[in-house]
Amino acid sequence: METLSYRHRAQQRMAGSKSMAIIGVVASGNLEVLAERVLPDTECQVDISTAAEGFGAVWEAVVADFVERSSPGGLKFSINDGGARPDTVALRLAQAVRLIEENDR
Amino acid sequence: MKEWARQKAARKARIEAGSRHARGKAVAVTDLQDFLEAVLQPGDRVCLEGDNQKQADILAAALADVDPAKIHDLHMVQSGVVLPEHLDIFEKGIARRLDYSYSGPQAARIARMLFGGQIELGAVHTYLELFARYFVDLTPNIALIAAVSADADGNLYTGPNTEDTPTIVEATSFKGGLVVAQVKEIVDKVPRVDIPGDQVHFVVAAGKPFYVEPLFTRDPAAITETQILTAMLAIKGLYAPYGIRRLNHGIGFNTAAIELLLPTYGEKLGLRGKVCTHWALNPHPTLIPAIEAGWVEQVHCFGSEVGMEDYIRARSDIFFTGPDGSLRSNRAFCQTAGLYSCDMFIGSTLQIDLQGHSSTVTASRIAGFGGAPNMGSDPRGRRHPSEPWLKAGAEANPDTPAHMRRGRKLVVQIGETFGDKNVPLFVERLEALTLAEKLKLDLAPIMVYGDDVTHIVTEEGIANLLLCRDRDEREQAIRGVAGYTDIGRGRDAKMVQQLRERGAIRRPEDLGIDPLDADRRLLAARSIKDLMLASGALYAPPPQFRNW
Repeated sequence: METLSYRHRAQQRMAGSKSMAIIGVVASGNLEVLAERVLPDTECQVDISTAAEGFGAVWEAVVADFVERSSPGGLKFSINDGGARPDTVALRLAQAVRLIEENDR
Repeated sequence: MKEWARQKAARKARIEAGSRHARGKAVAVTDLQDFLEAVLQPGDRVCLEGDNQKQADILAAALADVDPAKIHDLHMVQSGVVLPEHLDIFEKGIARRLDYSYSGPQAARIARMLFGGQIELGAVHTYLELFARYFVDLTPNIALIAAVSADADGNLYTGPNTEDTPTIVEATSFKGGLVVAQVKEIVDKVPRVDIPGDQVHFVVAAGKPFYVEPLFTRDPAAITETQILTAMLAIKGLYAPYGIRRLNHGIGFNTAAIELLLPTYGEKLGLRGKVCTHWALNPHPTLIPAIEAGWVEQVHCFGSEVGMEDYIRARSDIFFTGPDGSLRSNRAFCQTAGLYSCDMFIGSTLQIDLQGHSSTVTASRIAGFGGAPNMGSDPRGRRHPSEPWLKAGAEANPDTPAHMRRGRKLVVQIGETFGDKNVPLFVERLEALTLAEKLKLDLAPIMVYGDDVTHIVTEEGIANLLLCRDRDEREQAIRGVAGYTDIGRGRDAKMVQQLRERGAIRRPEDLGIDPLDADRRLLAARSIKDLMLASGALYAPPPQFRNW
């Protein structure tokens, strides 16, 4: 088990009013992402707990791209990873912000 | 005085030698080894029918049992090297030289034997190319073929897996060669005549059907969300804007995902009747939901697929069928259709380099190509226009006057940036090059050349190589969809951004694709059982796919 944490400045606050979103499953080759609106508007944090060790450089790149593309200001992400490939990680993160940017109904 | 009919005389001698082990045209399985030793000569060029799907397995086993002291140095010319016996004959010294197209299940062993010098390799061909050579410089002396049934005159019924047979027989029988067919049984009257009896010299009743592999069955249960996202990119970013009506799909999960998204995602985009109406395609079970939803007008097939027989029979408006009701496939005609009549080929590969060359050959596996290099190439002899072809041509050559501008076939490579076992799809250098050096080949076994590839689709986006104007742009467009592979991480971010602004790279967000749609619920069938139900129980999945 390896834990990683990345903190970034985000260009803008993530739209929407939901305070939390969760997507994915903890399974081999998959991951679960919890997004919470708990940080100041220009900040973003991604905490990762992963079963696959030694992929820090790839995580760092995936997270940096994600922050640049989605600008998830104000969000803290907690990832429970079962050894997902980077494409799956990027997809789940994109799905998480899509969920949280929807307005609360 | 020069003799001008030596081949016919030689065939007559072979028939006389063979007849000593036959009753009329019928050879008993127990006499097969003696029979083959009688009709074969050392150094003969032999086509042992090994197609993509059906296999002349009884004849293959008998050939592997002949005495190498009597029969040796055969030159095998066959499209598929599929059965262990196809290589056993090289190990035993019965055969020496090989010209072929595809070796899926034997890919690792054929690599070992090539390295070990047990096989003298002619070339790895595309199907149509090997068939073409049957008529020019690789005409078989003997063809050992497979059919379902025969009558006493040798008329053959192939059933739905006609595949290569008419082509092999045409080349062999009309050029002085000998044709021997294995069938399950000899009957009074065949259900339809696929091969006329006067082209067939001997028939072996094997007592059981030839071996055939369900090569085109993809279980929807194994399709991932990344593959669904990639399929959505292809549909919205390629099929829709180019208006692709005539096409061929490869056999991977990525294209299976596209087939299963047509009735759901494609319907939502209003594409029914506008794309995917005419196909050169094996009867993929994953196409059933699209056919049932009214997407497909017609499909011509290279071969059949195990379990699809009754479904095809009940859908003769869609498929080509004979007077007996079953499918008539033909690999040579369908490959020609895929080359000249389709506007798009889309398929997977194992390795793509920085100029877009792709290959399924790795250092330890030589799988061959099958039909991919044929369908995945731009036919320079094409003359009829179509909307997608003209549009692609205009993208590639915007400055050429329209009346003098060739169109372009869309040749699309699709895959996830990391494939099976996390192996990256994108590489600095193809292993095919290493292989060519090791085996001292004149040509590296490239499946699709970079200058034929028009688009590369991954979950990260679509690279449109038609819009790239030089090597650097091409390289960066490829890096720009290579995700987190080393190739992808080595991109020039600024240049990739510029390519994106020009539309040479398009990402899911550029196309308005919602990542939340990348969900297995979007598949029109999520299991083999769903496919069976969608077919009205006409599709009969083979046992290994029945997991309920």
